Amino acid sequence: MNPDVYDLLIGLAVLLFAIGLAGVALRRNALVMVMCLELMINAVVLSFVAGAWRTQTLGGAAMSFFIFVAVTCEVALAMALLVLLSRRRGSLDLGNAPELKG
Amino acid sequence: MTTFFLVALFGLVAVLFAVLVVAARQPMRAALALVAHMISLAAIYAVLDVHVVALFQVLVYVGAVMVFMVYTIMLLDDRDPSYTHPYTHPVAAALVALAVGVALLWTMGSPTAGGVNAPAPVEGLFGFHGFALGFMKQYVWHFELATVLLLVGIVAAWAAVREALGERA
Repeated sequence: MNPDVYDLLIGLAVLLFAIGLAGVALRRNALVMVMCLELMINAVVLSFVAGAWRTQTLGGAAMSFFIFVAVTCEVALAMALLVLLSRRRGSLDLGNAPELKG
Repeated sequence: MTTFFLVALFGLVAVLFAVLVVAARQPMRAALALVAHMISLAAIYAVLDVHVVALFQVLVYVGAVMVFMVYTIMLLDDRDPSYTHPYTHPVAAALVALAVGVALLWTMGSPTAGGVNAPAPVEGLFGFHGFALGFMKQYVWHFELATVLLLVGIVAAWAAVREALGERA
């Protein structure tokens, strides 16, 4: 097993997490913000898989499975709420939704 | 060495498409970039021989989650002002991402290398047979709880749709 690959995977996960976080802070559209959250979740899954691959244990891969289940629930609910928000306010621009602050 | 090269190659592709998700003005372009990003990650998992997670990544994320998103984009109005003015506070966003990235590297990236105590690869551990056996032995109750979570998600989405129908009536 090449240890450099593990370092590369962890560095990649950190970079992808930071890009996703920058997207959440940068974008105004709520749907694109959800996509940036998915980037962050993917980075977390990558770090779990890297840990499982390095230690050759099942825990990280099993955790990835549970994360996929949670993400599916989250996205199904988030999409329903975004369509509701869009119909109610006519826009997904969170800068124009002051009641969401806090 | 081949593994390192392939992981680096697909990692570069994943980073490029992640940047495109953040930068694209139109949500449909961002969604397509996200699909390409997820397929790149699945390729990394396949290179690492973690075939189960690679398959979950393609089937669950690309096949199910992204279909939700694409349908939602098609339901939305493309004259939304957030399409024409998509960004806010770029300097603050860059600073936050940089700070969190440095903090994560500080905690996660420190002396993990070396591989002195790294165990030898276990044959078939992340294949379908090995994963299914190990998963059902160790995580069967977690699996049951995950099904309950899915049920809660269905009920919550149904409640949101009910509210929308009530508003329309």
